[in-house]
Amino acid sequence: MIKFQMPNLGADMEAGTLVEWRKQTGEVLHRGDIIADVETQKGLIEIEVFEEGTLEKLLVKEGEKVPVGTVLALINDGKAEVSESVIPAEEAQKPEIHPIEEKTETPHEKTEEGERIKISPLARKIAEANQVDISLLKGTGPEGSIVKKDVEEAISEGEKPTQEVEKKTEEIKEISAKPVTANANAVRMAVAAAMSKSNREIPHYYLEKRMDMSKAMDWVKEANKELPIQKRLLPVALLIKAVAKALDEVPDLNATWENGLQRKNEINIGFVVSLRSGGIVVPAILQTDSKSVDEIMENLNDLIPRARAFKLRSSELSQSTFTITSIGEGGADKVFGLIYPPQVGIVGFGEISEQPFADEGMLGIRPVVDVTLAADHRATDGLIGSKFLAALNRHLQNPEEL
Amino acid sequence: MTEEEIKKTVFQLLQRIAPETDPSQLMPEENIREALNIDSFDALQFIVSISEKLNVDIPEEDYGKTSNLKSLLAYLEKKVKK
Amino acid sequence: MSDMIKITYREAIKQAIREVMQKDERVFLMGEDVGNYGGAFAVSKGLLKEFGADRIMDVPLSESGFTGAGIGAALAGMKPIVEVMTVNFSLLAMDQIVNNASTLLHMSGGQLNVPVVIRMGCGIGRQLAAQHSHSWEPFFAHVPGLIVLSVGTHEDARGMLLSAMQSPDPVVIFEYTFMLNLEKEIPADAGAVEIKKAKVLREGKDISLITYGAGVYKCLEAAEALGEEGIDAEVIDLRVLRPMDEETFLNSVKKTHRALVVEEAWKSVSISSEVISRIMEKAFFDLDGPVERLCGVEVPIPYPKHLEDASVPQVSDILEKVKKMLKP
Repeated sequence: MIKFQMPNLGADMEAGTLVEWRKQTGEVLHRGDIIADVETQKGLIEIEVFEEGTLEKLLVKEGEKVPVGTVLALINDGKAEVSESVIPAEEAQKPEIHPIEEKTETPHEKTEEGERIKISPLARKIAEANQVDISLLKGTGPEGSIVKKDVEEAISEGEKPTQEVEKKTEEIKEISAKPVTANANAVRMAVAAAMSKSNREIPHYYLEKRMDMSKAMDWVKEANKELPIQKRLLPVALLIKAVAKALDEVPDLNATWENGLQRKNEINIGFVVSLRSGGIVVPAILQTDSKSVDEIMENLNDLIPRARAFKLRSSELSQSTFTITSIGEGGADKVFGLIYPPQVGIVGFGEISEQPFADEGMLGIRPVVDVTLAADHRATDGLIGSKFLAALNRHLQNPEEL
Repeated sequence: MTEEEIKKTVFQLLQRIAPETDPSQLMPEENIREALNIDSFDALQFIVSISEKLNVDIPEEDYGKTSNLKSLLAYLEKKVKK
Repeated sequence: MSDMIKITYREAIKQAIREVMQKDERVFLMGEDVGNYGGAFAVSKGLLKEFGADRIMDVPLSESGFTGAGIGAALAGMKPIVEVMTVNFSLLAMDQIVNNASTLLHMSGGQLNVPVVIRMGCGIGRQLAAQHSHSWEPFFAHVPGLIVLSVGTHEDARGMLLSAMQSPDPVVIFEYTFMLNLEKEIPADAGAVEIKKAKVLREGKDISLITYGAGVYKCLEAAEALGEEGIDAEVIDLRVLRPMDEETFLNSVKKTHRALVVEEAWKSVSISSEVISRIMEKAFFDLDGPVERLCGVEVPIPYPKHLEDASVPQVSDILEKVKKMLKP
């Protein structure tokens, strides 16, 4: 038997709301199947399973908000002993110890105004045992706290099908329906938490290199002549591929820093997508190194609109091993990123623009891009970062080999 | 397809990409992407959708002609009439 | 069931002293004015005539001296009852009690027991002003090696000394002087009581009133009044302040889920501090609201009657507090 748990979809995630079960008890599950939709600060995420078996039992009801790690369902894999859900190595993010000032409260304890819900320890225990959502209760105890009586009344009300109860369930639906389109504020808070942690905990070092893009741009232009408009490439697809190849050569940057450097087996590059409503999400292009530039572009065409609509899958949000941020045309010349913890590096591409560029004793006007690397100095030193930028540059000068 | 219809289609598609904006307020020579805050990916999506909707081919070397409303509409009219 | 008799707190203590002296020749009472004067509070009145000057021993006004003598007698095989007239003077005997009585078993590698019983009059409410109104239960309860008893009821007044005399280790007994004339009914054959456990004096399901000494009868009176208002309070007399019996009050809190601790000692670093800490450590998830306490106001206890009354918890304070806790 396998315990299937609420996955951690990023350093900043504490809890998620189970919006819909996509599989029912008795259904056969295959690796990669989407088992449920979960609402997080980053929107509605499709949660995948990583094991084979039969769905034995659903333990969390639709509409319920539970902390990361909560057992959501039991999956029968034919083995008698109970094991934790097998999460691939890339995904196995350990629960992080957050500094006190950031995490004195968990989200499910907050009212909409963000205040902590006052509830007695006993009332909390009873509420948890009976799966009562305390955010819906009104406290009658000291300082308006929720006490045993309030929870017991809520439980007995739930058992009596009266009109009032119907009204209450409607309210519940309304509440659980509301966050389905994660609001800009929630994304803002998620970004704020992750970046504060990054800036507080990670000693960043920065390297910068100007790279000649003439060959790469020519290659893209030639390729696009052959391609139907729907399949045309953006230079960024090539950049992503080049980064993946460079990471393959410098594996210490394709890693996490959790009790030391942990290299990752797969290269899953997270790509920063900015949202029109403000904030960013970072979906991952899984196994970037084994994909062609065309496939990466196809992936972007699928990922970016889904990211903007808050419709990503759990693996796309949780499994990135390195991050790229890119300003694109009309933007700044350079971008210096903040590392997304627990990763150890982020590459920033500025705008590709025409600049005077000296090469082999000749000065010419060429399309160039200023590339920056921000890396975790606990994990690597400047020499490693420098090797990475050199490898990246080499790949961009040989686009046909990508 | 009339000039007015092409304009209407362009506005519709721009609004789908940048829903909080009003493309009809664009000045004829204003840079569309800057004014509506559209990134390279969305710009490509816009060109893909306009080519599908109007059934015209827009080669990459012509992307420069799509930067403001005046040149974009002129370019599309010419293409549609062909 | 045996017959009940009416008895004062003073008479109950005197009967206990008489009983232990009759049972064991090694027992003797020593203290200031315990003999010819009959005791500062007349507890030992008449005992000199009954047992003679060797066993009802008047001593000089030197708490350190005679308490030390008592400890020495205990080491030498006697069974002394040392009466420190009031707890206020016990500060002078503190060194003997803390440095000798409580440590010698440990420091002799288990060879020397100190079976001394030290009785102290204590409590507030007789307009004796700041220097004579101390509540030093927390001081003594702090010291490992001592057994500290608080006599909150007439049954314990009659029985605690009997059990204390059986102890191989030093016992400090707090007796509350404002209760000396108070009459209550106890069984005619009342005798030794166990001195290891707290006691549930009134069962209830809504809140645990945890107290000792002067707070016991106040809490019982408050519980009766609360019963008329539909609040069913449980009253626990801690009785043994060291080593503290936590099981009894933890079980009570697990049943009622609410607790109020009542004591006359100053609030900070007190018996209530210890009780509440243990509830937090061991019954936190059974609590349905914050544990609260009523203690002595942290001032030198005033002389004027109305201010003295206001400086320690009264029945009306307990009623008000409980109602506020349960019906906010």
